[in-house]
Amino acid sequence: MEYINIFIKSAFIENLILSYFLGMCSYLAVSKSVKTAFGLGLAVIFVLGFTVPVNWLIANYILSPDGILGTDLTFLRLILFIAVIASMVQLVEMVIEKFSPSLYNSLGIFLPLITVNCAILGGSLFMVTREYNFGESVAFGLGGGFGWFLAIIAIAAIREKMSYSAVPAPMRGLGMAFLLTGLMGIAFLSLLGIDPNAF
Amino acid sequence: MAETVVKQKPLEEKKPLFGAEERKLLTDPINDDNPITVQVLGICSALAVTTLIYPSLVMSVAVVFVCAFANLLTSLLRNYIPKAVRMIVQLVIIAALVTVVELTLKAMNYTVYKQLSVFIGLIITNCIVMGRLEAFAMANKPWRSFLDGIGNGLGYGAILLIIAFFRELFGKGTLFAGSPFGTLKLIGASPEYLINTTATEGIGTWFSWYQNNNLMVISSAAMFLIAGLIWVHRAWNKKLIDVS
Repeated sequence: MEYINIFIKSAFIENLILSYFLGMCSYLAVSKSVKTAFGLGLAVIFVLGFTVPVNWLIANYILSPDGILGTDLTFLRLILFIAVIASMVQLVEMVIEKFSPSLYNSLGIFLPLITVNCAILGGSLFMVTREYNFGESVAFGLGGGFGWFLAIIAIAAIREKMSYSAVPAPMRGLGMAFLLTGLMGIAFLSLLGIDPNAF
Repeated sequence: MAETVVKQKPLEEKKPLFGAEERKLLTDPINDDNPITVQVLGICSALAVTTLIYPSLVMSVAVVFVCAFANLLTSLLRNYIPKAVRMIVQLVIIAALVTVVELTLKAMNYTVYKQLSVFIGLIITNCIVMGRLEAFAMANKPWRSFLDGIGNGLGYGAILLIIAFFRELFGKGTLFAGSPFGTLKLIGASPEYLINTTATEGIGTWFSWYQNNNLMVISSAAMFLIAGLIWVHRAWNKKLIDVS
């Protein structure tokens, strides 16, 4: 039950995009069509769901002073976390290329750029600062990824409709995407009132 | 009889160390090729740290430093990095520099370090740094890459400071809150203002009717401000308008 709470909390109430505004760059750049947004969203769920627990193991068994090495190596945290993320993204890239070449082609450069998606590293760093245990970190990773997935699908759908609207020329494209994300962020603020323990 | 010394012109004219091209590398990212409003890079941190001017200033300096030196180092190593592992090499360079910045800040100014919390670490995943490494440093000489890094850092910092100015002024009524050179309390009444009875006249009292706008403190305000900034920027610089 506690894990479901964390899942829902990280997916909706503390949504990585709409509450923390993490992972904005690929979110704004890949959200022109729902199809590609869907593929990227799935990749993010997978990467986040794997890297957060793996980084939990690294942070608690290798880097912490109580770990197997017995020395305080927390200053290596960023480098090790990013190395795990980079290798996981490499893996996802190979899997997508094998099983869905068309998706691989439509994602293009943005697939390797998941490595520098702030939501992924941010997830791992939040996991450390919030002192989750292992099970909670799995729930947090999956929930955070799911929230990111929902947000990018939502903005992609809105932007597809928006192409039929008369928008002032300087605001076309990027400007409207920023404005819409801001409005969605305000909408998500209303979820803050929900008590996560109610679920 | 004056012997004419024919000065032989070198085959390749030596380029000045800081000519027009180099200046363009520095100024382009501030306007035509701005990392935030044109290249869409490095948005996350721009939204998160801009509630106050002083942390944004620290963040900008950190990004200029990391961006410049990551570009320099990658450019020096560019001929030795195998294509297949280049992302990991680039990330290690960035991560090492960011760790230097993080530990320095922790030692020098702990309160700002606490305020910026994860976002200093997130410079690693700030797409500006990685994006410029991929797009520029892997193909250019060290000095030019270094300038490109500084230019992009400055373009990023400029946007950060503009947004932070509006968010802090209208959200908190102050400027430079928490900085070592003192807080400027400009508009709105505040507890400090009530305790500090000496400040009964001057600019501070003119706008004491102002109620702080809490919308400016939440991240969405930064989205609206960037959207507005893009509008103004593209209305003025027409060639940036999205034609699609």
